[in-house]
Amino acid sequence: MNAPFEGIGASVRRKEDLRFISGRGNYTDDINRPNQTHAVIRRSDRPHATIVKIDTAAAKAAPGVVAVYTAEDLAAIGGLPCGWQIHSKDGSPMNEPKHPVLAEGKVRHVGDPIAVVIAETKQQARDAAELLVIELKDLPSTATVTDALKPGAGQVHDNAPGNVCYDWHLGDKEAVEAAFAKAAKVVTLDLENSRMIPNAMEPRVALAEFDRSTSDYTLYTTSQNPHVIRLLMGAFVLGLPEHKLRVVAPDVGGGFGSKIFHYAEEALVTWAAGKLGRPVKWTAERSESFMSDAHGRDHVSTAQMAVDAQGNFLALKVSTLANMGAYLSTFAPAVPTYLYGTLLAGTYKTPAIYVEVKAVFTNTVPVDAYRGAGRPEASFLLERLVDAVCHDTGADPVAIRRQNFIPRDAFPYQTPVALQYDSGDYFTTLDVALKNADYAGFPARKAAAAAKGKLRGIGVSTYIEACGIAPSAVVGSLGARAGLYEVANIRVHPTGSVTVFTGTHSHGQGHETTLAQLVTSQLGVPFSQVDIVHGDTAKIPFGMGTYGSRSLAVGGSAMVKAMDKIIAKGKKIAAHLMEASVEDIEFADGSFKVAGTDKVKTLSEIALTAYVPHNYPITEIEPGLDETAFYDPANFTFPGGCHVCEVEIDPETGVTSIVNFTAVDDFGRVVNPMIVEGQVQGGIAQGIGQALLEHAIYDESGQLLSGSYMDYTMPRADDLINISSATENTLCTHNPLGVKGCGEAGTIGSPPAVINAVVNALKEYGVRHINMPASPQKIWGIINAGRMAAE
Amino acid sequence: MPQVTLTVNGKSATVEVEGRTLLVELLRDKLGLTGTHVGCDTSQCGACVVHVDGTSVKSCTMLALQADGAKVTTIEGLAAADGTLHPMQEMFREHHALQCGFCTPGMVMAAVDLVAKNPQGLSEAEIREGLEGNLCRCTGYHNIVKAIDAAQPLMHAK
Repeated sequence: MNAPFEGIGASVRRKEDLRFISGRGNYTDDINRPNQTHAVIRRSDRPHATIVKIDTAAAKAAPGVVAVYTAEDLAAIGGLPCGWQIHSKDGSPMNEPKHPVLAEGKVRHVGDPIAVVIAETKQQARDAAELLVIELKDLPSTATVTDALKPGAGQVHDNAPGNVCYDWHLGDKEAVEAAFAKAAKVVTLDLENSRMIPNAMEPRVALAEFDRSTSDYTLYTTSQNPHVIRLLMGAFVLGLPEHKLRVVAPDVGGGFGSKIFHYAEEALVTWAAGKLGRPVKWTAERSESFMSDAHGRDHVSTAQMAVDAQGNFLALKVSTLANMGAYLSTFAPAVPTYLYGTLLAGTYKTPAIYVEVKAVFTNTVPVDAYRGAGRPEASFLLERLVDAVCHDTGADPVAIRRQNFIPRDAFPYQTPVALQYDSGDYFTTLDVALKNADYAGFPARKAAAAAKGKLRGIGVSTYIEACGIAPSAVVGSLGARAGLYEVANIRVHPTGSVTVFTGTHSHGQGHETTLAQLVTSQLGVPFSQVDIVHGDTAKIPFGMGTYGSRSLAVGGSAMVKAMDKIIAKGKKIAAHLMEASVEDIEFADGSFKVAGTDKVKTLSEIALTAYVPHNYPITEIEPGLDETAFYDPANFTFPGGCHVCEVEIDPETGVTSIVNFTAVDDFGRVVNPMIVEGQVQGGIAQGIGQALLEHAIYDESGQLLSGSYMDYTMPRADDLINISSATENTLCTHNPLGVKGCGEAGTIGSPPAVINAVVNALKEYGVRHINMPASPQKIWGIINAGRMAAE
Repeated sequence: MPQVTLTVNGKSATVEVEGRTLLVELLRDKLGLTGTHVGCDTSQCGACVVHVDGTSVKSCTMLALQADGAKVTTIEGLAAADGTLHPMQEMFREHHALQCGFCTPGMVMAAVDLVAKNPQGLSEAEIREGLEGNLCRCTGYHNIVKAIDAAQPLMHAK
């Protein structure tokens, strides 16, 4: 019997599942170290205030308390660094105020950490934290970008006048103005991209220990990129060299971007562990997650499309205000610029585009990348604007998209906003999506819904994303302070089993399965004989982690490169053993063959020879079969696709139900279709969540009103349906696997599809646009305003 | 400190706890059963669901002292003694009903109770409604619903 096919293209069941379904996962909070202490943080309950006094005496005297620290104690350590520098229109660098580990003199958002109490037990630390006497004097504060820019608004930072972080632009303004001047029509849409809280189900945790014999530090943390944390925290905050600092990100319970960033608590427990000589553990409560995990989105924009009389897009002009929150989180400045402005061509051949983005400080939690990061903001703006063009001109939403698509034969396609798309076929994904959604049958379904008193609407969105982040030289020229290559070490053991050490990190994506499938396909090693190791700086040479749908496109490509080295070395050993020339050795299905003969050596035999080199070309090559590769991508990858959403609205309650949702995506080569479909289902669930349910709400002073699951509406099982998911793939042309990435597509394509459907359902009420979330309250108000006007 | 005596996964345990100690804290911190997770502080997420005397309970909403004399089953005790997985665990794996795995223990324990209490069989809509108390951020729930549906005949055939 043949073994089941477990290589590239197979829906192999996941390796990691056995431990997760049995309760044997190893998440950071599951780890405890001998003699461990517990940290509890007192945070600001005010949006903006001067710290008048902190009295720690009672807390220090409380039972079990080991230490209490405030900013004064941290004078010797640095602030949390920002990983990206943006320059304004005038060439000046962004304003980059210090982000202290504990608040220095002022608090700037609800949740800003003020003091930490460390005690023998968590309960003792909690009790003592309540004994801290903290006197705050309120300062004027703002929560929204529009308020923060008003004259006389409270200043979040003294060195960011007018609360402006930067005022950036991209594109050819003159070309856009010229096109606007000759356009048959200019369609304008004001819109907001709602603020989100990522809400990975595992709250953040940081546990640090200090080895007194070696002076080595180890930090266990809920991170998507442990090497990045080691670099940022070691080099910029604590002044610890890499060789004295190990960062471990074990099983991590979801990230969605929120666990990319270097957070204060990581530095705090590591510093304290050294100071105390004891392990220190901090575990976030969910309420802390709401006010300390970086939030996402929060844009206010005006978008304008110039069209000619035939409906051709002539030019696009976008002006966006992006909320940075109170401090710059690790990647925050890049999100509304190089992950947003550069995406505004979308799937269209719009010849001229100009975008300007003003990033604004407010007294809110820092805003940074959340699943999609900039790209959902771009697709929402563009795909809503296209539907507004249809609303204002009477054009058909499908026809106008098709008419303006980048033609199939135009790839590689240079957009007017810096990116060069390598491949894509937007016509096919659109056509298949319309077919799978039975778009043609919609009028009958609408009529049937109307007969039941329901309002039915359908919405289409087509999207493009830039993934596989990223070519180091390109991002370096755009302000990144790091390279964004990936690293793989492939270790073939003496008996032929393989361990892969990858710099990417799996926190739900299933890398232990997908990456093993690559080895099975490339080296012919049985799937069961391959283990993937990730998340430990002591084991893995280096790595940039997982975000931006990069793990397969960049990390997988690094693996291919390392495996190529394995094969090349194996050929030399095989040539020696079989007394043939290296050029005559062929490698396929796990075996080295001498071309045109029946001479063959398996990879296992070659591996054993490499580690037991008794008969070995020892003067030409070293023993061992263990190769490392760094892979820097030549370009971004450009997944794309089409989402079609069909909704039914109950006019009596304003409740929107998703009744059909169809996704047809172009992800390049698919390694594990089951996992890819899971990413689509989950991503679209988050997109529907943003479109209909979720909203991070602040009052005007900066108090977080949606600070728990009682107030922040997470999608539940009965809010969602089965998503019809299919792929129509074109291969990426510049990485060895032809892969593009699939992690973020769901949150990029779906929100505009949902809102386009909602607006379509409410057409008879004269609705042209609705901001997210399209809550029952909002929709009921629209319907009843219409009713009242009619009466 | 008061003592609580309970049976967890078939083993008797007597533990000293503070009056305010939650059942989930007893399980995780005192007994080392870290398969049961804590995902929120308002009893909304269901990551901490265990069975107490055969009924699913959010172990963050129950004091450890309230479990005195109870029989508690956690995710670690769900498989048979010989390691054979429970059909619900099997179906979660088969239908890719988990990604990061953090909500999974609570989700599986809630699902086992939901199916066990409804031998007449549950429709997709009823399964979705039955999962009201459990949050998952990764999967979009559909594969969880599929797994639970597939586990129904396997569980009832037993």
